[in-house]
Amino acid sequence: MTFFENITLALGNLYSNKMRSLLTMLGIIIGIAAVIAIETVGNSMTSSVTESMSGLGVSNITVSLTHKTEEDNDGGVPLRLFMSSTPSEDDLLSDEMVEEYMAAFPEEVTRVQKSVQVGTATLDKYGDPSTTISATVTGANRAVLDALEEDTPLLTGRWLRDTDGERAICVVSEKFVEQTMGCSNTEAVGRSVTLTISGMPYTFYVAGVYTYDDESSSTFGTIDDDAIQTTIYIPLETAFSITGGDYGFESLTVQVADGVDINSFVTTTGSFFASYYTRNDTWTVEASSLSSMVEEMTSMLSTISLGISAIAAISLLVGGIGLMNIMTVSVTERTREIGTRKALGAPNSAIRWQFITEAVVLCLVGGLIGVAVGVGFGSVLASVMGVSARASLTSILIAVGFSMGIGVFFGYYPANKAAQMDPIDALRYE
Amino acid sequence: MHDIHKSYYIGQPNKLEILHGIDLQVWEGEFVTIVGECGSGKSTLMNIIGVLDKPTTGAYTLDGIDIHTADDKKLAAIRNLKIGFVFQTYNLIGRQSAIKNVELPMLYSGVPSAERTRRAAEWLERVGMGKRMRHQPNELSGGQKQRVAIARAMVNDPAIILADEPTGALDSQTSRVVMDLFHEMNEQYHKTIVLITHNQNIAEECGRVLTLMDGRIIFERKGDGRRDVL
Repeated sequence: MTFFENITLALGNLYSNKMRSLLTMLGIIIGIAAVIAIETVGNSMTSSVTESMSGLGVSNITVSLTHKTEEDNDGGVPLRLFMSSTPSEDDLLSDEMVEEYMAAFPEEVTRVQKSVQVGTATLDKYGDPSTTISATVTGANRAVLDALEEDTPLLTGRWLRDTDGERAICVVSEKFVEQTMGCSNTEAVGRSVTLTISGMPYTFYVAGVYTYDDESSSTFGTIDDDAIQTTIYIPLETAFSITGGDYGFESLTVQVADGVDINSFVTTTGSFFASYYTRNDTWTVEASSLSSMVEEMTSMLSTISLGISAIAAISLLVGGIGLMNIMTVSVTERTREIGTRKALGAPNSAIRWQFITEAVVLCLVGGLIGVAVGVGFGSVLASVMGVSARASLTSILIAVGFSMGIGVFFGYYPANKAAQMDPIDALRYE
Repeated sequence: MHDIHKSYYIGQPNKLEILHGIDLQVWEGEFVTIVGECGSGKSTLMNIIGVLDKPTTGAYTLDGIDIHTADDKKLAAIRNLKIGFVFQTYNLIGRQSAIKNVELPMLYSGVPSAERTRRAAEWLERVGMGKRMRHQPNELSGGQKQRVAIARAMVNDPAIILADEPTGALDSQTSRVVMDLFHEMNEQYHKTIVLITHNQNIAEECGRVLTLMDGRIIFERKGDGRRDVL
């Protein structure tokens, strides 16, 4: 009795008991489908997160002001409920802190990016005054622009310098030049643009033009040709004079040198800045990195999938017991067949293999249906969540292998029962 | 040597002793009938001859093989290659076509697929079932089923055909057809046949008739060879 004949026989028996087979497989189908679906969703989310974050630089640490929580204040009343949510000048991260920080970690820190959002400037489209173009105006130090240079290099002119002070100059993208000035990049340098920010017009001179990166804007969603996403960079002090706000930062971006263990340096950075705030009642500083965020997300996903896998494992266990039950019934039902086979010369091992194969085939078919259902369901879930579906081949293989394992494990007892039957009793069985 | 020699004694001191010492020798090519009432030990004897069971004591040699020393695997091989079973209740495997049923013994002796199909078809043809090879057992009449079962018993070219009440569930007309087949197997293919029945008329047809009562062979004679009684 060859392996192949056993499979043909098993498929035949499975087919002739369609309903029973399907019900038996149901537990396995549900279990496998749940695992595969959650794996597909998790996998899709992880890969889409990693993909979108790899462009943003994983070697950055974000330092930002946060409200102190109750624990930070040694218990007591949760103060933040009564306090204003805007930090005062004393609370903001200052240049001195940054200088001391950079002095403390000269090896680890490449640069610290300081930026401040000024607002959105609107101006007319070149040659089409009825259309307005909007651009984000950001005050930035040299470090921000150095980081920018890596992805979108300067085309002409120069970047801003930290010595520019309150000068009314700006760096714009080539798209901005094309859309609002209608001249070549080289001609644009030195020309003036009037930006209307919060209703007030400001005149800036273009100091440099940088490459427009279409991809970075398209991740933010719908974009037609007119509605461009572009940023105008102006010197920090200029920016503060426009906003009229206190000089200081709510957040900073630290760029860490290659080879530094970013996860431990996040903690170091966090406690360094937090030390300035030990006597501040309301505010403290938290540091985080994209890689730590990715890690956090991945660990959250794996916790969820672990939970679902546990449920799936129970379903598989129940399915396996159901399989064992139905195989036992099938063996009893086919006692005469077993007796006949033995009388015709089937050794015990052949009978055992016949029934184990039947159980395994049943589980395998159930497992494959489960994989199909799981991938389908996972893909639908992933597309609802807006990420591209990606099934994990490893987990599919594991799932199929596991379901076959269930077949062997739970099929062995009934198969062995069949194999051990006394042929005389089996033949006489009514 | 191709002759079959068997003799055995059974004794179970504390248990019901069914066969009280039976000596039996069947020669190659013989057609032997064992007749007896219910409870005479026919089935037990049959099981022992068919190596489905081992005697408690006594010696049994089949086609030169001593079955006492054989393990389970060896016994299965003996049943597979040396014995062809024909049952009262046919015992065809449901949901499998006649030809698949006939192929069954060859499946366990490792005959290649093409050869199996060829031999099974050949034997179904010989028992007059050539036109119904693809039918399932539930589509066949009792006589047809028994003919398929005889083809199945013959297909591995066994040393002995063991038939347990093969006509027990059939009417006299189909019994005649089945019995004629047995005679054909005996005369044309020189098969040794041991047939168990409680029907005296059937017993008369055969070369040797043994009467079993209370676990002993009490009478042995030659059959009269008449086949017209059925």
